[in-house]
Amino acid sequence: MSGPLLNWFREIRERYVHPSKLAKKGVLGMNRRNISYISRYNPRHLYPLVDDKLQTKQIVLEAGITAPDLLGVIREQHEVKDLAKLIADIPGFCIKPAHGSGGKGIMVITRRDDLGYHKTNGQIASISDLERHVSNILAGLFSLGGRADVAIIESLIEFDDCFTGYTYEGVPDTRVIIFKGFPVMAMMRLSTSDSNGKANLHQGAVGVGLDIGDGSALRAVQFDRPILLHPDTGTNLLSLKVPHWEQLLTLAASCYEMSGLGYLGTDIVLDRQKGPMLLELNARPGLSIQVANGEGLVPRLRQIEALGNKHKMNVQQRVAYSREHFSRKP
Amino acid sequence: MASRKPFYLLVGLLIIAGISLSLHRHYTYDIPWLPGEKRQTWSIEAKVEFEATGGEVLASLAIPGTQPGFTQLSQHTASPGYGLAYTEKENNGQRAEWSIREAKGEQALYYRVDMLLDPYAVPPNPSQPPELKVNIEKEPYATAANQLLDRAQERSSTPFTLARELILEFQNQTQNAELLAQLKPQINWVVQLLQQAGVPARAVHALYLEDGRRRQELIDYIQVFDGEDYKLFNPQTGEQGRPDNLLLWEYHSGPVLEVIGGRNSMVTFSMIEQEQPFSVALNQKFSESELLNFSLYTLPLEEQTLFKGILLIPVGVLVVVLLRILVGIKTSGTFMPVLIALAFIQTSLLTGLIGFLLIVGMGLMIRSYLSYLNLLLVARISAVIIMVIGMIALFSIIAYKLGLTEGMKVTFFPMIILAWTIERMSILWEEEGPHQVVIQGGGSLMVAVLAYLAMNNELIRHLTFNYLGLQLVLMALVLMAGNYTGYRLLELKRFKPMVEDK
Repeated sequence: MSGPLLNWFREIRERYVHPSKLAKKGVLGMNRRNISYISRYNPRHLYPLVDDKLQTKQIVLEAGITAPDLLGVIREQHEVKDLAKLIADIPGFCIKPAHGSGGKGIMVITRRDDLGYHKTNGQIASISDLERHVSNILAGLFSLGGRADVAIIESLIEFDDCFTGYTYEGVPDTRVIIFKGFPVMAMMRLSTSDSNGKANLHQGAVGVGLDIGDGSALRAVQFDRPILLHPDTGTNLLSLKVPHWEQLLTLAASCYEMSGLGYLGTDIVLDRQKGPMLLELNARPGLSIQVANGEGLVPRLRQIEALGNKHKMNVQQRVAYSREHFSRKP
Repeated sequence: MASRKPFYLLVGLLIIAGISLSLHRHYTYDIPWLPGEKRQTWSIEAKVEFEATGGEVLASLAIPGTQPGFTQLSQHTASPGYGLAYTEKENNGQRAEWSIREAKGEQALYYRVDMLLDPYAVPPNPSQPPELKVNIEKEPYATAANQLLDRAQERSSTPFTLARELILEFQNQTQNAELLAQLKPQINWVVQLLQQAGVPARAVHALYLEDGRRRQELIDYIQVFDGEDYKLFNPQTGEQGRPDNLLLWEYHSGPVLEVIGGRNSMVTFSMIEQEQPFSVALNQKFSESELLNFSLYTLPLEEQTLFKGILLIPVGVLVVVLLRILVGIKTSGTFMPVLIALAFIQTSLLTGLIGFLLIVGMGLMIRSYLSYLNLLLVARISAVIIMVIGMIALFSIIAYKLGLTEGMKVTFFPMIILAWTIERMSILWEEEGPHQVVIQGGGSLMVAVLAYLAMNNELIRHLTFNYLGLQLVLMALVLMAGNYTGYRLLELKRFKPMVEDK
């Protein structure tokens, strides 16, 4: 009689991990992230700075941080017809909602020819498709709660060739978690055919955990499972090493002073000419980075918390501290 | 970090206050913990509405007395400006009579009676058999009627079997039945033919008691006598006997409502089931002066019915909070599942699920056409709302034509919520594919079903309505859940690969 019950228990044990094991590994859970880190270190009034990409652009400009150029902003429905004029002689650009969440509503146009505008996934859009997309953004289709929004048009990043072969369509970006100004964990997000050219891990993008010390790959996962080769290109993911690593970490860490947020996700891309560029800030960065690194965030966060507030380190010193303490390579 | 002490103090206080309030109610008012221990009483409110023509008004409403199955506990009326008299007619029928010298415009009179569900009830004025009277019908109705009666008489031996067979005969001989129905309703024919056969019978007006119903109307039953004994028959099915929860409202051959000096008169009924201990039920001692007696029973009946539903919402909300924080299920729209669960309570689970899937499924198909039209968001949502209303109307009509009265209940779904659900699902479909739609839609539906099961639970309904203090405990639970920093159940699965390889 207890047979099926026992089997059921065994199955549960196979599928789920005991919480104490996760705790031992220092894995940060969603509830804990929300209560102990986000709501404690991110003052509510600073959220608009990162949730509104237009405001982010402004503070980025003031702080002199490199970021993609702003080509234009469309705020009202009647301005939509000016879109064609705005993008008249720009070959590649990107349309974003200012209040988008989770990468929703971002349309990337890589080039244009007689056929129309080429999207990253190879589809071709006409100018009226673009206009419709912009008016959807204005109506709040992609913003939280459906609030009216504005559309931002940014120049396209000419991303560095060093990642060719590691990504299928889409822009590979580096996510660095900055805690109280210290880079604590980093990963690279590579789009795949499963993720439709998007860089979100839950949609099927590959996450590659990066060593904070030198930016080399530690581990790669897709759909939370470890993998070795890129599913589309077949490149060995563990051979990945991000160049300009120190510059990249410094850029990420300086976002702390700029935004005032204690627990921050920074998305950085490498431009062929300009080097690391800040693409986006996130006040509620996801937890998948732990899976990609095969390591929990909690011990590192604790270590930073233990430093207290009186250390008076500047950006370079903080980056050096993290590279020294959080590197897993000897 | 700020000290957590005040927080735990608050939670502790809420729990202690909630539990002690509940204990107080249990021991002082003897309200049982379990719904099974209750004495059921029904409060039934009749609302008489009519339009007074400007002169004298006399409104007379038949009222029920103690009868087999129910003991009358008390009765009240509310009728500003009207004189009131309870009268007894020569045929033992009791009536409430309201009178006023002058009245104009819309009038509303209320009569409320509390009935105790009582298998041992002894009626003081038992229902008397009506006098036999024989109508002479003209042809061809007389022949058709006699054919029905003859067939029924052949197959019956007693007055009760005759009544049953006669009702069945109306279903067998459809041609005759249709012919007769042209002259007067079937129920009148059955009564008349029974009288013709020497069996005293009458049509009575009864009320089917269902908890929390409003604006109900009386239904007809046939009362057939064999000497002093009588039995009730369902005029449609011929089923014999009184169904549980059927209260006879008018059973003395009188009209239900008579209004002199008014027009467009109607009477509707609201009812609510109350659970009271036997002593309280009999004595009706609800002292209104006591401060601690925070009882919803002191509210008017319609509001009580409303509160019965409202007080369940915190339970549904708690289910959503627990599933999101402890389990980590994603739902489309935070509290959309609670609203859907509320609709399920009205429709019953299976009908609700089928209706919901039908409407959302069809909505998604039509909505996919709307996305080609390139509309602005507000206009598109409005179009979806209109579309949902159209679909609900369509489904109701189809269900009615097919004879599925259950299907009519789709009207209970909150239309705006359905429209938003369709819109969100449709966007999800366009952006992340049908797979995500199934996951998120399924998640929401699962939460809705669980919330429904919790809210529809007999025990929980009983506790939330009778023990207001439990709302404080629910509040404390929600607060505690909001402070939970542990892992979610689904995270245990998600982070499993991290622990496996080393």
